[in-house]
Amino acid sequence: MTALPDSTQRRLGLVIDLDTCVGCHACVVHCKEWNTGGYPAPLSDADPYGADPTGTWLNRVHSYEVEAPGRTPRVVHFPKSCLHCEDAPCVTVCPTGASYKREEDGIVLVDEDLCIGCKLCAWACPYGAREFDPPTGVMKKCTLCIDRIYNEHLSDPVPACVSTCPARARHYGDLADPDSEVSRLVAERGGYELMSETGCRPTNRYLPPRSREPAATAAGNAGDGGGDGASPPVLEDAPAEGGFLGWIDRLLTAADRDPSPPPDSRP
Amino acid sequence: MHPAYSIIFFTVASGAGYGLMFLLGLGAAAGTPFVERDGSGFPVALLLSLLLVSAGLVSSAFHLGRPERALRAFSQWRTSWLSREGCLAAVTYVPAVLLGVGWWAGELGTGWRFLGFLLSVFAAATVYATAMIYRSLAAVPRWSTGWVPAGYLVLGAASGAVWLAFIAALAGGQGSGFAGAAAALLVLAGAVKGGYWRAVGNLAASSTIETATGLGRLAPGARVHVLDPPHTQPNWLQREMGYRVARRHARKLRAFTWTLAFVVPGALCLGAWLGAGSGDAVWRVTVLGVAAVSASAGLLVERWLFFAEAEHKVTLYYGTRRV
Repeated sequence: MTALPDSTQRRLGLVIDLDTCVGCHACVVHCKEWNTGGYPAPLSDADPYGADPTGTWLNRVHSYEVEAPGRTPRVVHFPKSCLHCEDAPCVTVCPTGASYKREEDGIVLVDEDLCIGCKLCAWACPYGAREFDPPTGVMKKCTLCIDRIYNEHLSDPVPACVSTCPARARHYGDLADPDSEVSRLVAERGGYELMSETGCRPTNRYLPPRSREPAATAAGNAGDGGGDGASPPVLEDAPAEGGFLGWIDRLLTAADRDPSPPPDSRP
Repeated sequence: MHPAYSIIFFTVASGAGYGLMFLLGLGAAAGTPFVERDGSGFPVALLLSLLLVSAGLVSSAFHLGRPERALRAFSQWRTSWLSREGCLAAVTYVPAVLLGVGWWAGELGTGWRFLGFLLSVFAAATVYATAMIYRSLAAVPRWSTGWVPAGYLVLGAASGAVWLAFIAALAGGQGSGFAGAAAALLVLAGAVKGGYWRAVGNLAASSTIETATGLGRLAPGARVHVLDPPHTQPNWLQREMGYRVARRHARKLRAFTWTLAFVVPGALCLGAWLGAGSGDAVWRVTVLGVAAVSASAGLLVERWLFFAEAEHKVTLYYGTRRV
């Protein structure tokens, strides 16, 4: 039955850090690579090298610009995949029982052998998490890499998107456990859910980008105010001692003041 | 929402078919002379209703990605309105076919009334279930309103009534009363459709691109706009949920709907009802035939608009400002 479980023992999901996501789409590519051979295989493409390429993806990265009065416009890269909602409307509308939410971990899955491809679940999802795959005639969605996270033979049993993210913008864990790393991240950074007004109660959380305003102002002043313009800007952020950049900084500063050999090379 | 022709044809055809069944069932339950064996269009009307409903159901299967698995859709009636619709549609065949067999055998007695009652109830319930598929989608605010089931029920009954009036006239006699009922139902249907359009016109957006992305929280008065879509070409979500053609011509198409679905058939049915005593049968059949075709054509436009005008919340991620 496509009734939702009253509660789930765990709420496995993703926490996505919009502060560090650089919009490289590596998670999108690894997701496709893993899943086109994994649980929801295949994820079809049509006209991949032609003028109008299209295909099925379980994870997509949008890029937005945020403008606000008196602020510098801000680019935010925004990965989006299934949010594994607690009140998942995609599950209850399914006429065949192909869509279901697992009681043990809260993952929302499609049993593709039962799916008739009526597309109603995709209509019911306000987030666009589900995509219809025309060549196979069934619905595809993020499985939270169910064939990775329970694979004991993998050294990194986390979803493909998480394992591949070079910016560590994607975190995976149990959001029902208040002591889990993801829950602590959400608490520390004010993680939020998307479109809470829909009442779907998504599991995944998004960490808002940190404010860049004071930092940007300081950097701007430092860049502008260079005195007479002849001396190079000082690397203010480099630590006073130690570190490669600190050494370069001291080296160049000393060289400016005194043409004699740098202090480090003195006997 | 992208209007799939198979679903538009299905909902309009099955709406008229179940409308017909509903009225025929009522007639049988009330023991009207129309359903008696001699000199009536009852079997023709019943056959047409079965034809419309079956054609609609077959058409709806074309919408499926895996139509060969369609039988599985009967399993989830406890939670899914789509499944309920399938089950109710299948069950409705039983009283409909039994009524037809009974008419043919000419021996039903009091069974008429009971079967007629069952047919009316299940026909109405099937249309209600169809409407509830859309009504229950919170992601499409223009569908998530009580006007939707009201509209499906009354539009189905009205179009069924016009076809019934035509068939009754075709069968000779009895047409005028049905024409009057059809005119009244068309007025009611027009009022409900007008109410729906008024309601969705005043609908306050519940989500914005700022709430969809959550980026409105970054600063007071923050405005979010799309810098880059996820891929170079539009994806399935955009093609399925982001239809815009009809919205551009919505006003013209609504005028078509008003004219074809309500004004023309309503006026023709009213004329046929008022002029019941005068005029020859051929003229009345022609008038009611034009009314029936006009009503169904108008409802095809109406249903197309119902899909094409509906905005889905997922379009927020692709640049729509509010839904």
